[in-house]
Amino acid sequence: MSAYVLQQLINGLVLGSMYALVAVGFSMIYSIVRLINFAHGDVAMIGAFSTFLVFAAAGLPLWVIVPATLAVGAAVAAIIEFLVFRPQRQAPQVNGFITSLGVSILIQNVGILLLSAQPRSVRLPGLLRTNHDFFGARVTTLDILIVAATLISLLVLTLFVKRTRLGIAMRATSENVSAAQLMGIPVNRVITAAFAVGGALAGLAGLMWGGRYGQIDPLMGFVPGLKAFVAAVIGGVGSLAGAALGGYLLGMAEIMIVGMLPSEYGSYRDAFVFGLLILVLLVMPNGLLGKPAEERA
Amino acid sequence: MTGGTGMMDRLRHNPAALGIGLLLIGAALIAGAEAWLTPFERTVIGFAGINIILAVSLSFSNGLTGLFSLGHPAFMMLGGYTAAILTFPAMRKSTMLPGLPEFIATSELSLLPATLAGGVVAAVAALIAGFPVLRLRGHYLAVATLGLIVIVQVLINNMDSITRGAIGLAGLPRLSNLWWIYGWVAVTLFVTWQLKHASLGRALMSIRENELASASIGVRRARLKLFAFVLGAFFAGVAGALWAHLVTNLTPNSFGIVTAFMIVVMVVLGGSGSLIGAALAAIALSVISEAARPIERAIDAYGLVQIVTATLLIAVLLFRPQGLFGSGEPVTRRMTTPGKPPSKTSHEHRGGFPNETS
Amino acid sequence: MPDALLKVESINVWRGASQVLNDVSLSVGQGEIVALLGGNGAGKTSTLSTISGLLRPKSGSITFAGESGPVSLTSLRPENIVKLGIAHCPEGRQVFGGLSVMENLRMGAYLRHDDQIGADVEHYFELFPILRERADLKAGQLSGGEQMMLALTRALMSRPRLLMLDEPSLGLAPQVIDQIFDRIEEIRAQGTTVFLVEQNAAMALEVADRAYVIENGKITISGNASELAEDPSVREAYLGIETTQATGAEIPPMETSS
Ligand SMILES: Nc1ncnc2c1ncn2[C@@H]1O[C@H](COP(=O)(O)OP(=O)(O)OP(=O)(O)O)[C@@H](O)[C@H]1O
Ligand SMILES: [Mg+2]
Repeated sequence: MSAYVLQQLINGLVLGSMYALVAVGFSMIYSIVRLINFAHGDVAMIGAFSTFLVFAAAGLPLWVIVPATLAVGAAVAAIIEFLVFRPQRQAPQVNGFITSLGVSILIQNVGILLLSAQPRSVRLPGLLRTNHDFFGARVTTLDILIVAATLISLLVLTLFVKRTRLGIAMRATSENVSAAQLMGIPVNRVITAAFAVGGALAGLAGLMWGGRYGQIDPLMGFVPGLKAFVAAVIGGVGSLAGAALGGYLLGMAEIMIVGMLPSEYGSYRDAFVFGLLILVLLVMPNGLLGKPAEERA
Repeated sequence: MTGGTGMMDRLRHNPAALGIGLLLIGAALIAGAEAWLTPFERTVIGFAGINIILAVSLSFSNGLTGLFSLGHPAFMMLGGYTAAILTFPAMRKSTMLPGLPEFIATSELSLLPATLAGGVVAAVAALIAGFPVLRLRGHYLAVATLGLIVIVQVLINNMDSITRGAIGLAGLPRLSNLWWIYGWVAVTLFVTWQLKHASLGRALMSIRENELASASIGVRRARLKLFAFVLGAFFAGVAGALWAHLVTNLTPNSFGIVTAFMIVVMVVLGGSGSLIGAALAAIALSVISEAARPIERAIDAYGLVQIVTATLLIAVLLFRPQGLFGSGEPVTRRMTTPGKPPSKTSHEHRGGFPNETS
Repeated sequence: MPDALLKVESINVWRGASQVLNDVSLSVGQGEIVALLGGNGAGKTSTLSTISGLLRPKSGSITFAGESGPVSLTSLRPENIVKLGIAHCPEGRQVFGGLSVMENLRMGAYLRHDDQIGADVEHYFELFPILRERADLKAGQLSGGEQMMLALTRALMSRPRLLMLDEPSLGLAPQVIDQIFDRIEEIRAQGTTVFLVEQNAAMALEVADRAYVIENGKITISGNASELAEDPSVREAYLGIETTQATGAEIPPMETSS
């Protein structure tokens, strides 16, 4: 029985890793342009398709596929930012939000048109499906890689944001755009960079998602994208550490619901997630680690 | 708008006559449509009417108050299922929907009471959900209401014994026709129009203009918001009921996020706050999407409608963010001057881009 | 007047539907301290924002004597204007509250790639020892005076040839104001030109060589600082001579346009 619990914890950790990656990028974009980007999950979908339909199909090794997917995610997100969000910087907030919903629907349906809505089975190259025994629980090499890669990404991201000139500039811009401009910070480029970083992480999450669940389809990004939003809200929108924490908590909670409660409640999983969202927003609107909305009013 | 201004002016001063005139013209058109059009064409017109109800009611609650709710499909689902269960043939109910209470299982209502019941159930749900959810603002409200869709979908999926779960309800009586649908269109337009231009409408407008100022003038904004939300949900429930009895089947996936998106597009294209604009956009989009459907099928290009719609939406937001018709009413801009046009809120803020966070 | 470093000619600036600057012309000479005085909403901040590229004039020209000849600023992006050597220390300080003092200074030097940045930080830490003590603290945790010192230093980190200050005395205690104004004079002594926006006309006219008065988006008076300090209308409207004591006087509220 405890091996069963351990197994669930591991599953939660793996799912939470993927949520965390998407949520962190989401939160990053939100904090710099105050945009809830519905299309963020679809960038993960594009990442997954380029991984499996292009790079893996071309027979590339994993150590090439991963950076290539990161690059695709970064490029897609940056292009979206440049084409549709940048022209709307001065528009009311709600416009950007509706636009991102439009972009999301557009990407999904272009995907359906070009690739069909039918899920396709995929697998990553290499021996990633090898099982290991971990105190009675079963762990695949891929699971280990997912968790490790997520933690490394989060670490690198933290160093980037804390230590590098561009990373500090991102924080400065998200705090005060016009003051940042007066420092000579090219805010447009910094914002594009934030989208690119978020997109790269989403692309990586897409790769992991496809590899882990063995299926990809053009709609696969939307619901995880929404859940990443929930995760970001739980953690406190605008806080990267909070987003990561929220991702892991949500992943765990979801797996617990499916794995621990009697099976007839398992299908309430998504209702639970959004119920939780509404609850968190009401009880602690700043999330676990978010700053109070001081200057943002 | 330029020609015939003399007659328009005279009608402006006599709204009752204008209303009756419009009703008569509408009735004549429906009679003509019922008599001469093919079933396919009538169905398209029916969809257009349902979309008008949805877009106008959403425009009323979203556009007019600035509340951005994406929850319409959740209320359509509640209204649709309620009505469908009520009109379902009693003989089949006992076997297919064993979980129903006795008095529902044995009765079989006609369309009007079933539709009303659907609207009321949706409105009650909105009342319950509205208390917590409406305390949220901007983005958060939108995503939370999107969450409502997911929650309702999951609940319907899981309540097999009264909804048949994922299988859905098929073989519903085809009770909706253009008379019913456009009757409800007229009711929706009448009610929202009256409210928009009554003092209530102005109070709602002032919520949108400036939350703080109107609160200090003493507008009961929380109640008004809730009222706008509940009324919108009522009409969404009605629309869901009409839809179910036009299409004759209903599943938990009949209305979802894409539906929310399509309705939002109608409101945005129409110009937020403009009821007539929303109605015109609803007609245009319904016709486009129904006309495109055979093309989609013929060239095997599913998703085309959404692609076109999404592109249109993005283009309008980029190049004409006030909507195709702005936020005044395109036809009678001067009939009832609702004060100044809703100006864009000032974006004065020290840091960040325009924002209205939580 | 020395050669003009900055020349603003007949700019008209709109914010939304209202015109906030009306045919404003002024110039700042190499090595001068020039003050721009005016009441609330007169258009002082708008003038600075237009020079630094945050606002675009509808008409008129702004020319800066760059190191390689005159440059028109009106179509440049803010970062390129900073690159030319203009630093704008904004109204209300606007330090990055979530960033440490050190990080704020790093952002001030964002466009620099030389190896003198560390030395400059050292230099300013000598000038404002309190900043060294607070180097790793979040800027939001500093007092108002400390934030002003930080904002001033941050602006100087770009090694500007023209430093524009928007109401540096705002909300500060008199002795802190004195300290800041001492620094401003030192900065000029080291060769940096200063364009100073103030409501505190008494302080500003004391350090400035020349001054302009702006009202309702229009320049109404200009001249040498000493002349302006004697000008009866300036004395009455901006120095409050009739009503309060001579120095550090409060400014009677101008008409507040909104
Ligand atoms: N973001 C804005 N949008 C529209 N109008 C603005 C904006 N900011 C300022 N204004 C208006 O522009 C005019 C000039 O403002 P400005 O900030 O330049 O004045 P100021 O002289 O700096 O005043 P203060 O001493 O209060 O800082 C004022 O009428 C003000 O209301
Ligand atoms: Mg000012």
